[in-house]
Amino acid sequence: MTAAPLLKAEDLRVVFRVDDHEVRALDGVDIDVAPAEIHGVVGESGCGKTTLGRALLRLVPLRSGTVAIGGVDITALRGRSLRRARAQMQMIFQSPWSSLNPRMPVGRAIGEAARAHGRSRGRDVEVEVAELLELVGLDADVAARYPDAFSGGQRQRIAIARALAVRPRFIVADEAIASLDVSVGEQIVELLLELRERLGLAYLFISHDLSAVERLSERVTVMYLGTVVERTSTETLFRDPAHPYTVALLAAAPGRYPREVRRRYVLEGDPPSPIDPPPGCRFWPRCPVGPLHDPTRSVCRSVTPELVDLGGGHHVACHFPREVRLPDPAVR
Amino acid sequence: MTVAVSSRTLALRRLRRNRLSFLGVLLVVGIVAVVVVGPLLWRVDPLATDLVHRLEGPTAAHPLGTDVQGRDLLARVLYGGRVTLLISVVSVMIALTVGSGLGLVSGFVRGWFDVLVMRIVDILLAFPPLLLALVIAAARGPGVGNTILAVSVPAIPRFARLMRSQSLAITEREYVLAARAIGLSPSRVLFRHVLPNGIGPVTVQASIALGIAVLEVAGLGFIGLGVQPPAPEWGAILVDSRTYLLQNPVAVLVPGAAISLSILGFNLLGDALGDLFDVGGGR
Repeated sequence: MTAAPLLKAEDLRVVFRVDDHEVRALDGVDIDVAPAEIHGVVGESGCGKTTLGRALLRLVPLRSGTVAIGGVDITALRGRSLRRARAQMQMIFQSPWSSLNPRMPVGRAIGEAARAHGRSRGRDVEVEVAELLELVGLDADVAARYPDAFSGGQRQRIAIARALAVRPRFIVADEAIASLDVSVGEQIVELLLELRERLGLAYLFISHDLSAVERLSERVTVMYLGTVVERTSTETLFRDPAHPYTVALLAAAPGRYPREVRRRYVLEGDPPSPIDPPPGCRFWPRCPVGPLHDPTRSVCRSVTPELVDLGGGHHVACHFPREVRLPDPAVR
Repeated sequence: MTVAVSSRTLALRRLRRNRLSFLGVLLVVGIVAVVVVGPLLWRVDPLATDLVHRLEGPTAAHPLGTDVQGRDLLARVLYGGRVTLLISVVSVMIALTVGSGLGLVSGFVRGWFDVLVMRIVDILLAFPPLLLALVIAAARGPGVGNTILAVSVPAIPRFARLMRSQSLAITEREYVLAARAIGLSPSRVLFRHVLPNGIGPVTVQASIALGIAVLEVAGLGFIGLGVQPPAPEWGAILVDSRTYLLQNPVAVLVPGAAISLSILGFNLLGDALGDLFDVGGGR
C-alpha cells in the first residue's frame, strides 16, 4: 500500500473476562485499509473477526493498541469527541433482524443518524431520509413503517441507509450477507459495490463466504484465534496461499474442489480455546507440517511467528511458509 | 388422540386464562369508574355528621347506613376509594419512576454505579415490603405524604431489579450497538432505544404492585398509621365500622369487598398484561 491508509490499527488487543478467565479475542492485530479499498477478513467462527470490526469502531474496550482514521489517532478519545469521530466510520451487522430497533419507525432511525452529527435539522432531515432510502433502493414513503413490515433484504438496506446517514468514509460489514438468502445477499453485495463507486467508501468485509470475499476484496486478511496469520492481495491469496491454515481454509470451502481433494486437507481437531492458547504458533496443534508431523520443528511450539513480508506485500506469520500448497488448479 | 386431548386442554386453559384476564380488566375499569363517577352522582358530603341518624342500617337515604357520627357510608366508601386508589397509584408511579430509572441506568453503565445501586436494592429487599412500610409509617407518623413514602419505598427494589435485567439484555442487542456506533449520546441511546424495548414487563410489575399498594394503604389506614380521620379511606372506614359489625354488617362488607376486589383486579390485570407482553411475570 503506497497511498496513505484511511484506517490504520496497530497491535490491537481485546480481552474479555468470562467467569474468572481472560479470553484474548484479539491478540496483537495490525490492519490497514486504503481509501475506497475493500478489505476482506476471513477465518473460522471465534477467530476474532467480529471483535476486530467492533474494536476498530471503538465499540469494545481495547487492552492496548492504536486506531487511527484519516491520520487521526482516535484511541484515546472519549465521550463527545469519540462520538464525533464516529461520523467517519460505521457498521453493518450480520442480522438485519436484530440490528433495527423494533419500536422505532425506520425513517426515524435513519433521521436520528442524520441528525446525530448536526449536519441536518428540521425538514432537511426528512428530505435526507428520503434520499437515503432511494439511494439504497427503497421507496421514500416507507419511512413511517416499523421494521417488522420489511423483509430481511429490505431491513439490511435500511441498516445500510442508517449507516450512510452519518456520511462515513469507512464501513465495517460484519457478515452482512450471511443471514440472507443467496439471491438477496447478492443484491446487497451489488449495492455495497455501487455505494463504493458513488461515495468512495472503504469496507472491511468480514465474511466466511470465501467466494464473496474473492469477488469483492482487493486484499484479504486471514485470522486464526485472535491473530493475523496471512494478508495479501486477493489474487495472490487465492492462487498462492502461504500459510497452512489458509490452504486448509481454501481447500475446505464448499464448491472449490472435489470432495476427495477436500478430504485430504481437512484439519484435525477443533480450534483451541482462546482462554488458554497454545504457546508459540497458535496453529501448531492442528498444523499438517508442524511439530506433530515433524518432531524436529520444535520452534513452532516455542516461538510465536511474526507477520513478515514474503515479498510484494504478501505477509504471513509462519515459520515454514509455502510448504503446504493448494491442489493443482487443474483438478478444480 | 393424545394430540387432540392436549390441544383441547391447551385451548381450555387459554380460554380460562382469557376469562380471568377479562375479569381483571372488568374489575379495574369498574372500580375506577365507580369511584370516579360515583361521587358525582351520589352528591352527599362524606364528612357531614348527623348525630340523630347515628349507626343506622341501610335505608333509602343512606343505602349503606351511617357510621358512629352519622356520616353517610356510601359517600365515604365512594370518596374513600378515590383516596385509597389515588395514594396507591401515586406511590406506584413514584416507585416505578425511581426504581426503573435506577435499574435502567445500572444495567446500561454497569461498573461501580451498578454495584452500589444493586447492594442498596438487596438491603431493601431483605425486609418484607409490608414490614418496611410499617416501619417507615411508624417512624414518620401518619398522613397522606408519609403513607405514599411508606408504600412507594418498599416497591422500588423490584422495579429496579426488573428494569436492570431488561437493560442489561437490551444493551447487548445490535440495534443498541448500532445506536452507539452512530454517535448518539448515552441518554438518547438509553431513552430512545433501551427504555422503549424494556418497558413491557415493567407495566406487568406495576399492575401487581398496585394490588400490593392498595393492601398497604388500606392496612396502614386500618391500624391508624395511614390517612387520618375524618378523611375517608377504605382501611380507615373498615376499622371504624368493625366495632359495629353486628348492628350494620354492610358497613364492613362493602369497604372490605372494595379492597379485596381491587387487589384481585390489579393482579389479574397484571397476568393479562404478562400474556400480552409474553413475559412470565406475576406467577
